[in-house]
Amino acid sequence: MLELSQVHKVYKVGAFGGGRLRAVRDVNLTVEPGEVVSLIGESGSGKSTIGKMVLGLTRPSSGRITFEGTDITTIRGHSARKEYYRRVQGVFQDPFSCFNPIFKADRVFEMIHTSYFPRTSDADWRDKVLDALATVRLDPGNVLGKYPHQLSGGQLQRLLIARALLLDIKLLVADEIISMLDASTRIDVLNLLADLKERGLGILFVTHDLSLGNYVSDKSVILRKGAIAEMGPTARVFDNPLHPYSRHLLSCVPQLHRTWAEVDAELKANPPEDVTLPTAPDEESAPLIEVEENHFVGIDQG
Amino acid sequence: MTLRVNDLKVYYQTLRGDVRALDGVTFDLADGEIMGLAGESGCGKTTLGKSMIRLDSRMRHVGGTIELNGKDVPIADDDAMVPLRYREISLIPQYAMSALNPTRKIGRMVNELLRARGVRPADIADELNRRLELVGLDTDVLNRFPIELSGGMKQRVVMVISTLLDPSLLIADEVTSALDVSTQRAVAESMVEFRDRGYVKSMIFVTHDISLVYQMADTIMVMYAGHIVEKAPAATIINEPKHPYTQMLIGALPEVGSTMVQGRLEGIPGTPPGLLNPPTGCRFKDRCPMAFSKCSEQPPLVEIEPGHWAACWKTG
Repeated sequence: MLELSQVHKVYKVGAFGGGRLRAVRDVNLTVEPGEVVSLIGESGSGKSTIGKMVLGLTRPSSGRITFEGTDITTIRGHSARKEYYRRVQGVFQDPFSCFNPIFKADRVFEMIHTSYFPRTSDADWRDKVLDALATVRLDPGNVLGKYPHQLSGGQLQRLLIARALLLDIKLLVADEIISMLDASTRIDVLNLLADLKERGLGILFVTHDLSLGNYVSDKSVILRKGAIAEMGPTARVFDNPLHPYSRHLLSCVPQLHRTWAEVDAELKANPPEDVTLPTAPDEESAPLIEVEENHFVGIDQG
Repeated sequence: MTLRVNDLKVYYQTLRGDVRALDGVTFDLADGEIMGLAGESGCGKTTLGKSMIRLDSRMRHVGGTIELNGKDVPIADDDAMVPLRYREISLIPQYAMSALNPTRKIGRMVNELLRARGVRPADIADELNRRLELVGLDTDVLNRFPIELSGGMKQRVVMVISTLLDPSLLIADEVTSALDVSTQRAVAESMVEFRDRGYVKSMIFVTHDISLVYQMADTIMVMYAGHIVEKAPAATIINEPKHPYTQMLIGALPEVGSTMVQGRLEGIPGTPPGLLNPPTGCRFKDRCPMAFSKCSEQPPLVEIEPGHWAACWKTG
């Protein structure tokens, strides 16, 4: 459904734009309907840039991003872009800053109504809204007609997801959507993503938190400095990380029932086998090697 | 016994009345203890940390006492607190990364800070360099501006500065929350190292990330809506929590290795109560699956086994 092939993004940096920063380097990946793909990486790994490019908020420097066969960079004009956003939507990290505090929170639904479904009658639209709210498990009485400051972060985030659902979307880009939420409500939003996936929605789940990426996704992509370090089915990537960087990351994640010392001791006792990593012929490419079925490792960047 | 907090009440004054952010908090902190203070946003954990060092203009000390090394800490008296700050009690603030003055080189800022406390910077320069190296920083950072350092480096600089005068008590408020996992581990481990070397006697580590405090803390205290719900050794809180809130909170945390397919985790339905007019009795009762008639009275915090305190009628 969504396919990125050899996508690069180079930003101009420095006072006069003289410097170059390669934020995304030779990334190839796909998202299928009903599949959750986690993009996991530390700050500066290019994970959000990939999300932004998929949403058309910034253009790739080179490479192709195709959605259902169409190269999204060729989508020009207001109405064509609007059609694209009917099928692809994003939800972002900070739900508090996504709402205009002057207006009631459910105004976001009304805006979708007037701009995308002007012919739907008010009564039908209300049914649709109630339906979407039920999907995100919000009680309409608690959220409709309220101002953003009267709602919790979890409620606001679910309102934004409900807004995206009104648009009959095929792909949701979820960029760090739960990092601002409390532990007790976080898991509800994650479970919601899993329900949406059952309905055939493809989700690109951008996160820095390995345990969250692991919980919800089918495929995990670990990024480092813009290039893919490791990509594969989530269970394989987490049970048998092949790239030294993924192993390092996993050993640093605080776990609930094992301390860091125990994890280190275990790693020392059974040192994992080294795999041959691909080498990049130049500064630009980042080839992958398929070590086992659908499980790839990328270049070593020190 | 380093720190003894007894029935501490600190309210925020607002136009609509008092917000009871800390409503009767009692606990002890032993010498050399690192206590993780965990809870959701708005539970009062940051307020507790702040009230031990400085009450800002909206905060009002309503009742209760704090004792440090047997001496009373006069938290309501801003001037009397001055000699204690930095020397006895020190704080690494939330967003410490933006706590550095952007117009000063770090070395100059440290010198100004020390002089303000009546310490000659030259006397402490060697110690400063040694500690910077201990946390893995080049002493050259003193000649740099904060903007030239990465987030993790700034966090470590702030950590070294806050503990330079060997305080008895260090309050670390969400110090690792903005860091990447690998930097987070390095910072957390150097904090334990600081305790082991005696740079700080004991530490309160405020965080919302329970799995992180489990890695480094000796004990964990969980707060909910201005009250303490449970305090116990770290392993006990994780493996045998007694209070229903702690149990549900830990049950809601996904781990590396747990997936949707293996079993769905459940969140805690509902939201924490507002603290402007908090409900009477147990403040968790509206979200608690085990609530019964007695929960309309406030459960006391009792020691259910040595070192394990919980505030719930069902555990008593």
